[in-house]
Amino acid sequence: MTFLSIVLVLFLLIGIFFNGLGSIGLIRFPDVYTRLHAATKCTTFGSIFTSLSVIIFGFYFWQVSGDSKYGVLALHTIVALACLVITNPTGAHAIARAAHRSGVMPKQSVIDELKEADLK
Amino acid sequence: MNQLFNIFLIPGVLLMVFMLISLFRLILGPTVPDRVVALDTINTLVIAGMILFGAAFEEVIYIDVAIVYALLSYIATLFIAKYMERRAKDK
Repeated sequence: MTFLSIVLVLFLLIGIFFNGLGSIGLIRFPDVYTRLHAATKCTTFGSIFTSLSVIIFGFYFWQVSGDSKYGVLALHTIVALACLVITNPTGAHAIARAAHRSGVMPKQSVIDELKEADLK
Repeated sequence: MNQLFNIFLIPGVLLMVFMLISLFRLILGPTVPDRVVALDTINTLVIAGMILFGAAFEEVIYIDVAIVYALLSYIATLFIAKYMERRAKDK
């Protein structure tokens, strides 16, 4: 067990743990907004950590072996991670706004302050 | 070949199990936004899994596919949201 493999396994464990929490929250929570909250935040955080372990792996083996394939692997993973981090919260906001406008209310809610603010 | 490649294989398979759990919400979901949330979660997990499998099998092309998949699934989510809003307005 080198230091590198300990770091990689630690990042992978954090990422897998949060991805699992996201999908369990998607099953267990009662309405759309809490499901969106659990699923989007947890899967984004978990995917950042699993991709970070791939980036560290790629840069380390690029430096050790000198093979540029590992460098390309790490750089393309950075681009994919940037796309994921930018697009995922934006899509979640769009879904939440569409769900509110199509009339889905949170469970156990009694008033809708956003609708009352629109009416004024 | 390196022993470290096997590190990325088991998390990739676990991500596929989480996709299966999210698929239950896609099938069961009582309202339309529930299904869209489940689809969005599955898309994110597919991207993370593609990156892990690309590292496991040393294939850079898998990660390029993940980039394109991320952008296209984002556009698909935005259009479904727009469609839900417009259908609610017509009602």
